[in-house]
Amino acid sequence: MNRNPFAHKSSGSQWVERLVFGLFRAGTYLILACALAVFATIFWKGGGTVFQKAAPYVNWQFLSQSPETLYVFQHEGIKMELGDREFRAFKKERGLDAIKADTYAHSAGGIWPCIQGTFWLVVGSMTIALFLGVSSAVYLSEYSHGGQLVGLIRLAILNLAGVPSIVFGLFGLGLFVHFMPVLAGVDDPSVPSLPVGFGYWLNFSGWGVCLASGWFTLALMALPVVIAASEESLRAVPKGFREASLALGATQWQAIRTNVLPYALPGMLTSSILGVARVAGETAPVMFTAAYVMRDAGGSSGLFNFIGQGVMALPYHIYVVSSKIPQNQYTERVQYGTALVFLILVSGIATTSILLRTRMRKRYRW
Amino acid sequence: MIAVEKLDFFYGASQALHGIDLRIPENRVTAFIGPSGCGKSTLLRCFNRMNDLIDGTRIGSGRILIQGVDIHDPDVDVISLRRQVGMVFQKSNPFPKSIFENIAYGLEVQGVKNRRRLEEVVEKSLRGAALWEEVKDRLHTSALGLSGGQQQRLCIARAIAVEPRIILMDEPCSALDPIATAKVEELIHELKRSYTIVIVTHNMQQAGRCSDLTAFFYLGRLVEMGRTEKIFTNPVQTQTEDYISGRFG
Ligand SMILES: Nc1ncnc2c1ncn2[C@@H]1O[C@H](COP(=O)(O)OP(=O)(O)O)[C@@H](O)[C@H]1O
Ligand SMILES: [Mg+2]
Repeated sequence: MNRNPFAHKSSGSQWVERLVFGLFRAGTYLILACALAVFATIFWKGGGTVFQKAAPYVNWQFLSQSPETLYVFQHEGIKMELGDREFRAFKKERGLDAIKADTYAHSAGGIWPCIQGTFWLVVGSMTIALFLGVSSAVYLSEYSHGGQLVGLIRLAILNLAGVPSIVFGLFGLGLFVHFMPVLAGVDDPSVPSLPVGFGYWLNFSGWGVCLASGWFTLALMALPVVIAASEESLRAVPKGFREASLALGATQWQAIRTNVLPYALPGMLTSSILGVARVAGETAPVMFTAAYVMRDAGGSSGLFNFIGQGVMALPYHIYVVSSKIPQNQYTERVQYGTALVFLILVSGIATTSILLRTRMRKRYRW
Repeated sequence: MIAVEKLDFFYGASQALHGIDLRIPENRVTAFIGPSGCGKSTLLRCFNRMNDLIDGTRIGSGRILIQGVDIHDPDVDVISLRRQVGMVFQKSNPFPKSIFENIAYGLEVQGVKNRRRLEEVVEKSLRGAALWEEVKDRLHTSALGLSGGQQQRLCIARAIAVEPRIILMDEPCSALDPIATAKVEELIHELKRSYTIVIVTHNMQQAGRCSDLTAFFYLGRLVEMGRTEKIFTNPVQTQTEDYISGRFG
């Protein structure tokens, strides 16, 4: 019988090999464990708020109502827990004036205005970020001819990506909330203003805490991701399409519009959505520029009223209910419920954009 | 038709063409031959100013006249130049659109919207490129569904749709099988009645088969140019003879 020439040898290098791989594997599993722990905790604790055991299985009240103050009191020996409106109705019904009740802010009702506010923030900032990002990506990778200025621009974009979100928030506060000009029919004496003629002035009074300020702040924050994603998508379009278009007598813009952008757009869109979804989760920029602790779901009519209104936002709401109000047994319900809704929303957006990308990639192949 | 006078051409600091002097006559097929990197494509891309797209390129001295006009004259609009001087690329590059849209593209960017007119031109160009019979039932399907040879003929059809005077072809058959190559060569033969054709080729037989004149380049210089039979049977320069007989290159 021959000896097996491939038999295991317990040499030192094999031992090291096993150790190294063991470490790598452990590291990877640790990440998985962390992710699972986060998801599981939020699902476990927030599930009770968002879902319910009986049909329709989803707690619509939590999703569709505004946050309310919770009143807890003893009535004829029974412990009552009522939201603001219910509490007032209860008092009126019984003709009771003063009931001694403990109040817990934000612990009753739902989070509909936050969902709505976050939705509008995402839509608006995505539109702005896409427009600015795609324009500058096209300029940088199609029109510009290298050079120092372009190098400087790229450096600026890189730096923008590294700016902490709190700094963006403060920047937005300084620029949009306190400084940006507003067109008005009167000269506001308390702020610098520029006459523009026809009886109008630009008053540098700032836009205030409102959707518009939040849009621009979030858009600036998402811009580096959008530009990088757009440039990458543009680079993925074969050079041959541009050359062939130009050789047929197209102008550069015609070539870009008809034979570059259409093929790059799916990639640009989906990567940008991911980028914006990520910044929409940031609290700092929103809390200085657009978010209120309490607002009703948007009802303002007219465009200017709409973009000039402050909103509630999911990340800021989470921040408020978990650190700005006194903690007690009633707050946890809202904290985890909001976190769960937020998580579902953001991963929903991410999944949709990835699915969209796969589908669109299939359509445009070359 | 095309006259090149003492042309020096640079990619940044490196000179790719040295003092090129040549004349390309009308309604003839002129072949550019020579080993890789000798500057054939560079010269070809000078004729429709495709090199403008590459950063750092410049003409050191000399000029290029097409129909007597210096194409770098400030009065020359590069867009109208490219409409007159069409190009077919080495790697066939149909747009990922329908066959019809591919052919109509050149007219659409000129602002032609009339559907009837576009249909006419598409049919005429496809017939001109000997492709009509093969694709007439699938004009509105993707051009990427065509075979490699058909795609290259589509690119030729696309180029002739804008009715240029000159067609530049940069190794149009290098990615094609022999049968597809034969079809394209046949087509070139047909096209020379109406167009002036300049073709870069690596394939000696191809140059011999389909060109009237041949120019041999080596290391960025024009070594010899003349009637194809003459270049192939009785070249003046020994370099040309060595290259054609396969002793180097
Ligand atoms: N985009 C470019 N940038 C710099 N050098 C180039 C570029 N294209 C070609 N060259 C150089 O110019 C020379 C001629 O190239 P080319 O015209 O492509 O040769 P051919 O078509 O005869 O094979 C080569 O030395 C090549 O390295
Ligand atoms: Mg070449």
